[in-house]
Amino acid sequence: MKKKSKFNLPGKYVLLALTVLCLTLIVITYKFDISSTPLQTVSGYIFIPVQRGINNLGLWFSDKADNLNDIKALQEENDKLKSKIEELTTQNSLLESEHYEYKRLLKLYDLGEQYANYDKVAARVIGKDSGNWFSTFIIDRGSDNGLKENMNVISDGGLVGIITKVGKNWATVKSIIDDTSNVSAMDLKTSDTCVIEGGLEQMNKNQDMIFTKMHDSDSNSQISDQIVTSNISDKYLPGILIGYITSIKDDDNGLTKTGTITPVVDFEHMQEVLVITALK
Amino acid sequence: MKKFLIFFLTVFVCFALQCTVFKALSFANISPDLLLIITSCVGFMKGKKQGMYAGLLCGIIVDIFFGNVFGFYSLLYMYIGYVNGFFNKIFYPEDIKLPMILIGASDLSYNFLIYFFLFLFRGRTDFVFYLLHTIIPSFIYTILVTIILYRILLRINEYLENSERRSNSKFV
Repeated sequence: MKKKSKFNLPGKYVLLALTVLCLTLIVITYKFDISSTPLQTVSGYIFIPVQRGINNLGLWFSDKADNLNDIKALQEENDKLKSKIEELTTQNSLLESEHYEYKRLLKLYDLGEQYANYDKVAARVIGKDSGNWFSTFIIDRGSDNGLKENMNVISDGGLVGIITKVGKNWATVKSIIDDTSNVSAMDLKTSDTCVIEGGLEQMNKNQDMIFTKMHDSDSNSQISDQIVTSNISDKYLPGILIGYITSIKDDDNGLTKTGTITPVVDFEHMQEVLVITALK
Repeated sequence: MKKFLIFFLTVFVCFALQCTVFKALSFANISPDLLLIITSCVGFMKGKKQGMYAGLLCGIIVDIFFGNVFGFYSLLYMYIGYVNGFFNKIFYPEDIKLPMILIGASDLSYNFLIYFFLFLFRGRTDFVFYLLHTIIPSFIYTILVTIILYRILLRINEYLENSERRSNSKFV
């Protein structure tokens, strides 16, 4: 009873005060880019263990469920696989020739070595964006493991995204398909640079991404060319595979090209990612 | 104090579930917003001020992990909680229609505001697409989850009110 008479400000004044506070915070964080607040550290201790636990539980359940489904699925799969083997043998020979070309190109760009020599930290995806608009996720490694902002994240041999926030034992990754993501990239074959834009709309409609501003005056870029991060990007390390061109067309200005690429990473079913601990 | 702890625990569990389990159960990349349901519920169950604080807490959590700038989601959730508080007077626990309408409306306005501030301002003008692929599905999914979650929240609320009454009568 005592508590109530102590201090009672009308709701609307509190609301007003908090609104002003929030607005100032928005302006401050927008202007000055403050990254690690004490709140982030504290919340890391509270939320991350639980999310990690739920995640492990989920993995265990899906493991058990998989086992049950396996027997039935295996028989079906066996038939399917047999027919697939034939298909793959022909494809394999094709790929081998492509692989040879790939090796040659890697040597040409001296990227292969760089790529393998980067130190990497493996991390597990433990939570995704709480809303439906953006494509960010939380991983279970943070500044304790040497992670910093703007480190590149890869998976399946392709670029996943970039670290935007780092807590003590967690980090938030903005994936390249996020609506606000722009990656400077280039065609591996022709070295023509372009910009790859993530987009909710594009990803929902066609499961691909748009690239723009490709300077390809000789028209050497073709469908199925590999697109990698470019060496002029200020945040992304050069030569990380992003995806393959699926369509390409001339812009109205006649100078640049626009098209779509399909990313190599399966963003839906990402469980583990590698963080490259080298910063550009 | 006990009230706050239980409330924090609820928010905490919902946030953890929202980022993990419900993301795995998402249809076409859409998952429900449990924090919004909580904020809205506290609003019309407890009143403007409590709704506002509940929204603030939920918003801060989202801001810490997923916000580009700190304070945007806090502001959004806070106002949703506050506005829902206006309906405290016509709220009756047995009637699930009002909560569903309010939570639905909250979800719609929340997503409209996000579209307006974070998408339209960056030149994403294809509103119809976002309406059909994000806003409406999210609305439907949230409403469906409300049917279950509302009952749980109502239980918690009843429990808290009962224990409050008991402790009050003890001292009087």
